[in-house]
Amino acid sequence: MYWNARMECMPKEELRNLQFRELKTLVYRLYSFNNFYRERMKEHGVHPDDIQTLEDIRKLPFMYKKDLRDHYPTKMFTSSKDEVVRYHVSSGTTGKPTLVGYTENDIEFWTDSLARALTSIGIGTGDVVQVSYGYGLFTGGLGLHYGAERVGATVLPASVGNTERQLELMMDLDVTAIACTPSYMIHMGEVAKRLGIDFRRDTKLRKAILGAEPWSEGMRQHIEENLGIEAYDIYGTSELSGPMFTECEERNGIHVWGDVGIVEIIDPETEEPVPDGEVGELVITVLKKEAMPMIRYRISDLTYALEETCTCGRSSTRIGRISGRTDDMLIIRGINVFPSQVEHTLMNIPEVGEQFMIILDRKGALDTMTVQAELSPEHFSDKMADMMAIKKKIDSDMRKYLNISVNVELMDPGSLPRFEGKAKRVIDKRVF
Amino acid sequence: MPQRHVIKQISVFVNNEPGRLAKIARMLSEEGIDICAFNIAEASGFGVFRAIVREPDKAYQRLKERGVIVKETEVIAIPMQDRPGGLFEAAAVLGEEGINIEYGYAYSGKAGATFFIRVDDTDSAIKALLDRGMVLMQEGDL
Repeated sequence: MYWNARMECMPKEELRNLQFRELKTLVYRLYSFNNFYRERMKEHGVHPDDIQTLEDIRKLPFMYKKDLRDHYPTKMFTSSKDEVVRYHVSSGTTGKPTLVGYTENDIEFWTDSLARALTSIGIGTGDVVQVSYGYGLFTGGLGLHYGAERVGATVLPASVGNTERQLELMMDLDVTAIACTPSYMIHMGEVAKRLGIDFRRDTKLRKAILGAEPWSEGMRQHIEENLGIEAYDIYGTSELSGPMFTECEERNGIHVWGDVGIVEIIDPETEEPVPDGEVGELVITVLKKEAMPMIRYRISDLTYALEETCTCGRSSTRIGRISGRTDDMLIIRGINVFPSQVEHTLMNIPEVGEQFMIILDRKGALDTMTVQAELSPEHFSDKMADMMAIKKKIDSDMRKYLNISVNVELMDPGSLPRFEGKAKRVIDKRVF
Repeated sequence: MPQRHVIKQISVFVNNEPGRLAKIARMLSEEGIDICAFNIAEASGFGVFRAIVREPDKAYQRLKERGVIVKETEVIAIPMQDRPGGLFEAAAVLGEEGINIEYGYAYSGKAGATFFIRVDDTDSAIKALLDRGMVLMQEGDL
């Protein structure tokens, strides 16, 4: 079943023509109304008239996350403030958040994209969808909420937390599908087990839409076997509006609707396109976006593209599971953390040196983050209260700036590894 | 004079690394430093090793040279064999003087049991205790 059969199954050539027309319109619009992108194009020596074929997209300059931060809050908007009907905010990497604005049409495009996605995994009227993504500044909750309502499902806006109550509601209301992070899904499974709840026997749950943090095929298998459900990968970021695309029931790549976005996979070093099926950096152009259009946006996610039409009949480009990041951003319990933030925080704490290591692990379903830092000899005290105060200071600063609680380990000076050239300060022991 | 009654203590930072304490103990033995008494305070992830050693200045220097975080601090040694209630008396005197006891630990040596206390104002503490006629040990007594 399709939500929009014409668009989803459009023959490749027709789809490419449509993409070209949309791209051209978008570039002209941006050149005319968006000072930032016009300047960027001028610097790059390219004019909208240079876009003569779809491949000419490669002549256009890239956009980066940094651009959004540099133009915070609304300097990159191409719509007037009156036209903006909603804001979402994603956690910043240097304390500065990224703001995304939506016009009424932007919300509509987003909702429609998710309606197609949910239909492609067989969710629609008759389903009860528990949305256990956070509602609020984060895009996950409201995005899935609108999408699920659009396809005619009944939505249970559970948000995150209070797992026992979530399980109770899941049983009482015959919930058939859930949207949440994979780690929260596992956590729910563990709580259910403790309470003697058997997902197969006691719930009607059959599908889970999981994303917002990296996960693996191994984790999918684990979830499916343990809970007796089908797990689907969902992809998106706030810059693209939010969660936008999912796998279909074939579960062979995430469908990026061709009329919504143009997918490029490039070699992050040479910035040249890589062949179909080969892993590279994902670059997305969102064709339908009014308040904050994104052209050749470098998300930094590593994946591969599949161009051939899917066995489900949908012709759009598919992307594989995100296999990593080109930069070193860490996602811990769904929160973005950069090692540079940790470094920045430690730099302002005189009691420790500038060397540090980050160790990520997983306890049960929860990610744990340990920060090792070297104690400055002059701040060593034989009094435990003083020592605990140092640990507490680091912990509270991390919480304040990274929005995450960490385990702090004080180390001897010189005991942490030193690096020549590019430092590798992260040890990720998590098994996905 | 109070200074005579000051006992030097070395404190060593011990991180979480397995075998770290053994390493420090081995260093002290390699340097030929005798430990009279010691105490370990621990928290999650690290500990503080405190010791009364025969040659505290040498111990401090040698450990420092070997890259260990070490600190010399002053403690007071109260002999326990004197009479029952000695510790209570000492604590009561310090309490009256508004001197805070940070921590303390005991050891039993040739001359009997001794209690080491770390206070926030060592000189005032020694003066107060001596003024009340209490006996305090000196470095050479250990």
